[in-house]
This record gives sequence, structure tokens and C-alpha cells, in this order.
Amino acid sequence: MAETASPSAPIETWITGIGLATSLGEGLDAHWEALSHQRINADEKSFAPYVVHPLAPVNFDAQIPKKGDQRQMEAWQRIGTYAAGLALDSAGVKGNTDILARMDMIVAAGGGERDLVVDSGILNAEAKGNSAPGYLNERLMSDLRPTLFLAQLSNLLAGNIAIVHGVTGSSRTFMGEEASGVDAVRIALARIAAGQSDIALVGAAHNGERRDLLLLYEFGGFNLKEKYAPVWAREHNSGFALGSGGAFLVIESRAHAEARGAKPFARLTNVVADHARRKRPSDITSTLESLWSRLGSHADGTAIITGATGAEPVTSEERAFLRAHPDIPVRAIGTLFGHTMEAQFPLGLAVAALSLSRGALFAPADTSGQEIDMTTPPDRIVVIGAGHWRGEGMALVEAIG
Amino acid sequence: MTAMRDKSGRPVVVVTGMGVVTSLGTGKTDNWARLCAGESGIRTITRFPTEGLRTTMAGTVDFVPVEPFSSTDLSERLADIAAEEAVAQAEIGRAGDFPGPLFLAVAPVELEWPQRQELGHDIGPGIDIDYDQMLRVSGGGRYKQYHRRFLFGSVADHLAETFGTKGSPISLSTACASGTTAIQLGVEAIRRGEADAALCVATDGSVNPEALIRFSLLSALSTQNDPPHAAVRPFSKNRDGFVMAEGAGALVLESYEAATARGAKILGIVAGCGELADSFHRTRSSPDGKPIIGCVRNALADAGVTTEQIDYINAHGTGTPENDKMEYLGISSVFGERARQIPVSSNKSMVGHTLSAAGAVEAVFSLLTLERQRIPPTINYDVPDPAIPFDVVPNTARDARVTMVMSNSFGFGGQNASLILTREPV
Repeated sequence: MAETASPSAPIETWITGIGLATSLGEGLDAHWEALSHQRINADEKSFAPYVVHPLAPVNFDAQIPKKGDQRQMEAWQRIGTYAAGLALDSAGVKGNTDILARMDMIVAAGGGERDLVVDSGILNAEAKGNSAPGYLNERLMSDLRPTLFLAQLSNLLAGNIAIVHGVTGSSRTFMGEEASGVDAVRIALARIAAGQSDIALVGAAHNGERRDLLLLYEFGGFNLKEKYAPVWAREHNSGFALGSGGAFLVIESRAHAEARGAKPFARLTNVVADHARRKRPSDITSTLESLWSRLGSHADGTAIITGATGAEPVTSEERAFLRAHPDIPVRAIGTLFGHTMEAQFPLGLAVAALSLSRGALFAPADTSGQEIDMTTPPDRIVVIGAGHWRGEGMALVEAIG
Repeated sequence: MTAMRDKSGRPVVVVTGMGVVTSLGTGKTDNWARLCAGESGIRTITRFPTEGLRTTMAGTVDFVPVEPFSSTDLSERLADIAAEEAVAQAEIGRAGDFPGPLFLAVAPVELEWPQRQELGHDIGPGIDIDYDQMLRVSGGGRYKQYHRRFLFGSVADHLAETFGTKGSPISLSTACASGTTAIQLGVEAIRRGEADAALCVATDGSVNPEALIRFSLLSALSTQNDPPHAAVRPFSKNRDGFVMAEGAGALVLESYEAATARGAKILGIVAGCGELADSFHRTRSSPDGKPIIGCVRNALADAGVTTEQIDYINAHGTGTPENDKMEYLGISSVFGERARQIPVSSNKSMVGHTLSAAGAVEAVFSLLTLERQRIPPTINYDVPDPAIPFDVVPNTARDARVTMVMSNSFGFGGQNASLILTREPV
């Protein structure tokens, strides 16, 4: 669409498609079922002592029909391309080339897994004295698969979605751990709300079953070890359990949705973000408080879905914020899905929109008393995403009708 | 008084500060002088051993010391240098207090070989090294600094704190179009009225063995190693690939209104941005050129101008057989007969391909072209490719009347983005 001057009031934006493939399964019914029964898929053994939430079995052929395409992708790209396809299906725009050709795409991404065998082989050889100049070159030249680069490259999740599903209006990849997921949705919404775009595919994917990622977070002491526990019950054993999963949303202006007869899951009213310096205790708490006020007033019928990681000190600071807002039912998706990093905020939004569309907040899976029951249908859900190291974000999702 | 809004009623976005560092040197003055002298920054790599490599040259920035070296540390230093120059020129805000958001184009980040080797060494003799062993020695806080360093958001985090940008800093990658996307995000934020100013930075310090080898294995790099300065040959018949290079570009963008109100010097206008993704292939453009054509048309439409008004094209011009051919197809499809007359030059013939930084580096050079009314050449142009009958401004810079520039960026993963830059609001 031709962009014109920003409208005086933000254009109403709906979530009309949700695509989920996670440790709890694939698709909306499977997720609702798992959430309703507090099902959790945590694996304490495969990556021991680290706890991870592995991807549930997925039939990739259903969304990525060409085996050749699947072979060109790393696991995170396959998960994301799959979830993106589900979101397009859910919105009813799959294969609609007219819409896909002008659909925005913003993906939050990390990178793909390294070839661990190649890395270990080189380090072992070097340890055995193969340290001639050029030895590393020689090994990398012969051992690296040429296509591995593309399978690891951050912007190639978006690239693969363009290739497999034909989303080509734009293609932007944001990086930067949890915050990139917040900003991807924030910018996609801002573009629609300002009339710069009508419809966007936005989301992220994460493969948590990776030793090279565990290594990065182990440097900072962020991994949950030995025993799984709900996010709020990790005082004595803090950390996050990496989770695998993809979460994509189709968001569009209400007018665009209505014109094509699309049904909304929920309204995406606002997304705000900040970058606390985190130099003083309570920096995060006060940043969350100011984001909360920027979102607007919160009457009865509000619930919170948070991407709280279980890592410290950020989880305790978020808890301090939540204590200042007692009586609001809270659900930590980290308890259920693990920590899907870039995907955690889009996942929170997906779960929020799903809950609003089903007219219920799922029951707590928490043992600490932090999460209370909600017996009435939620009118609005605030999604919180505070990164394990940097970045704070919040979104307001509202029920329609 | 000139209108503060464009034809579509949006705030006009101006440039009030620019900074650049490339293999040619630090700062606009040095870079511009050497660019117009047709000098090359490509040299034989000395940073690491090149035994066994097919490509042994690059546009490295060796004059910015980073010890111990990591590509992410160098990217950060280069971004610092470029952003400092841009913010100083704009004379905006106070030191460490930039009044707007940060958009950073940066290469994907991961742990690099020196750190991996350090862990391998730490495991101790006689133990078979694998990732479980590396995990065993990586905890306990000893390597805490590597968590901070090798997060994808770490460079943006540093810049946001150093320059005091506002809100959540955005790190982005659209491959070789990243620098252009960073500018586009800044333009859009100002047009939405979210910000009066934005700091758009693009940086790349990627010349390390593995990054070079990865591009080499895709057969994307030139292997014309000797002499290195003649390696990049955009639009020539004997072109054989791009040459990796390092650098950074930074722009301070402001709404025309805010810039005028504070009496800032206007360096140029970002009149339009266009993008369009290609769904054909992971590394190749659609053979019909439609995505590139659509991208160029989107940029023209966004600026509300016609091809007749463009009087210089700052090409993506990587020097790969495929890119240059497709760029000609795209430009000639949109510009028709004018494609043979309009000057089209490639800065990459001299600075190499600065990858994530290229879009911003070339935007700075395009704005300098407008300011100085002089077009930098395409060097190493000795064997014209008859299939690409561009006026490439061969080998020697040229004085010309330039009022409106199109700058193109195309990247792996189907990324296409173009900018329209002018001296005066259109």
C-alpha cells in the first residue's frame, strides 16, 4: 500500500493467525489441550546436567513439502518455517499470492547450530600438536559443508520462509536474544498502526537442544541444571531451561481483516520496550513499572503472561514488580515451554491470543503460589518479556467482541 | 520556506551527521580523497595465516587495533568510530545522551576460534575434546566476559550505553542489505512521529578465517589475489567474485522540522526507501529480475520521483558474475534507455564489500557525492562486459551535476533494499 501521513489515531490491529510448534506439540488445539492439563515436556537426561524442553515430534513435510528445502535448513530454520506456515494457514492467507507479495515479514533470530563434530575434531587435532600455520584453514576448507553457512545465517530463516511460503513484501531479521522478539512485534505493529503496512508475519524460532548454545549461556551461569522446577520455584537453583519452539503471528489492520472476512483471535493494542542499564538493583523492576504505565490502565479482567526466564537477578526483579500488582493472575510460559529466547515474547503473545479467543486463562502449573486461578474469562492480557541479560518489553492483547 | 512534509504528507527525513571508516581510512575526509583518487583498500591478509586458502586478500581495517582480536570486538570499535564522527558532526544532544533510538546493522555473532581454542586448552591434556568437555570447563564465571561479548545484542548494547540512545536498540541483519535496512528503520520511525532523531549505524569486522572460508566455499569470493588492489572488478568481463572487507558507516537522521528548529546543518535528505524480498533461491536472484525491479520501483514510488530525476546510481556492484548481471537487468528494466547513460559506479571496487556495513557506508559516499558534485569511479575496469553497457565511471572520478542518487543493496536470502538520497527535499 502507498504510505501516507500517519493517521491521527493508531489503526486498530488484530491478530488473525497463530502458528505454534513447540515442546508441547504443534497447532492450536494441541497447545490448548496441553496448557489445560498442565502438560510439561522437560528433559533432564539428554543434555545432563542441563535441562531442556525438546521439540515435540513434527511432520515437517506438512509445511515444507520439498525435502531439498528441509535439507538446506538447520533445525531452528525448519521449526520457524514450519510455524510460519501454520500461522499463514491459521490466518487463511496461505498461498494467497496477492497478499503474500505485499505482506511484511519481521523475524527475530539467533543463528544456527555449529557442526560440533568438525569443531571437536579440529580442537583435538590441535591438542595433539597440529598447530602449523594454516592448519585451521585446511581443516575448515575440507570439513565445513558449504551450505552449512546458509543454514546458520540469521537472516536465512526469513529467507526460507520467503522461499517456502512466498512471503515477499519485506524481509527483516532482528537479532539480540529476547529483546529482538519484542522489537520484531513492536515494529510490525507500529508499521500497521501508522498505515505503513496492512499485514505482517512476525515471529521467531529457537532450537534449545544445542550444546553450543548451552556453552554460551554457561559462560554466564544461566543454565538450569539437574532438576526441572517451575520458573517461580528456582530460588535455590536459578537458571533457564532452553526450549525448542517456533511462534509466528499474522497481524493485520482490522479493516484489512474485515475486508477479506478474516476472524480475529485478539486485538494487539500496544507493544512497548526499553533497555534498562541494569546497573542498580531494582532497575528492572522500575523499568517494568514504567512500561506497565505506558500500556494504559488495567481494570478487572486483566491477566499477565510472562516470559520470565528463571535466571537471576531478573526473575526476582520481575517478581517484585508482580508483587506490586497483586490479584492479577499470572502465568509463566517458561514453566511450560522452557526458555525459547528470541521466540519467548512472540510465544507469549500467541498463548495470550489463544487464551483470549478460547475465553479462559489456563490453570497454573506452578507450585510456588505465585500463580492464582482465574475463573472468569480474561478481557485483556499483558505479555511481559524481560531478557535474561538485557531488554524489557510488554504488550497489551485484548479480547474482541 | 521549504515544506517540512513530503508529497505524501510525512515528515521529511534529513541527514545531519555522517561517519565512516573503511579499509581506505578513518573519517569522511580521508575516505573521500582516496575514493576519488581511485585507490584500493584491498590488501593481502596479514591478520592470520592464509596457507591453504583460495582467497588471500581482503579489505581489512588493520589500523584499528583490537587485542585479542575478535570480529565482534572489531565490529564494535568500527561502529564506535563511525558513530562518534556522525554524532559530533550533527552536534546533537549531549555527550552520551543521543535523543533518539539506535538501529544497528551488524553481522551475526558467535563464539570464535580463539575462544574455542582457549576452552580446548583448558580441558587439559589426554582428554578427548568435545562439547560436553567444553561445557564442563565453561561455567563458574571464569568466562563470564564471553557471554557478554558473544550475545547477538552485545554491540548494540555497548553503543546504546556509549551514545545514550533511547529505548530498545535494534540489531538487525538483512545480509548485505543490512546497512540500508538500518537507515530505512530510522526513516520509518521518524515518519511515524515516534522520534525526531535516530542513530543508524552499520558495521562489519568479519575478516576471520572461518568467515572467509564460508564465503569461499560458496564460490562467492574473488581469487584474483595478485595484485590484491586489482581483485574487485565490478561490471568487468573478468570479474570473478566479491572481496570481503571491513568498515562502518553511521548516519544521524532527523525530521527536517527538528533539525531546522535547532539550526542544524542539513547534509542531505533520505527521500525514499524501497524493499522487496526474493523467494527464488537462498543465494541467487530470481532470473527474471522481478524482485530487484520491484525494489527499485518501490524506492522511487516511496520518494514520489521518476527515473528521469535520478542522475547517479551508487550500485551494489559486488563484482560477482551473478550480482552485476542481475543489477544491470534490474536497472535497465526500470530505467530503459537511460540505463546506458546514467552514471553507475561501485564503491566496492575500492573498499571491497563491507557486508553488513555496505548499505550505510555507501549511503555516506552517496551523500558526499551529492555534496561534492563528484562521482567516485569504478576502478579495475579494463575489460568491459558487453552484456552490461553501464557508464560505470571507469577508473577516474568525474565532476557532475548530481541532485538525486539511488543507492542499491542486495543480499543473500533474497534481501533487496534501495534508497533515494537528495540534496534538497523533493
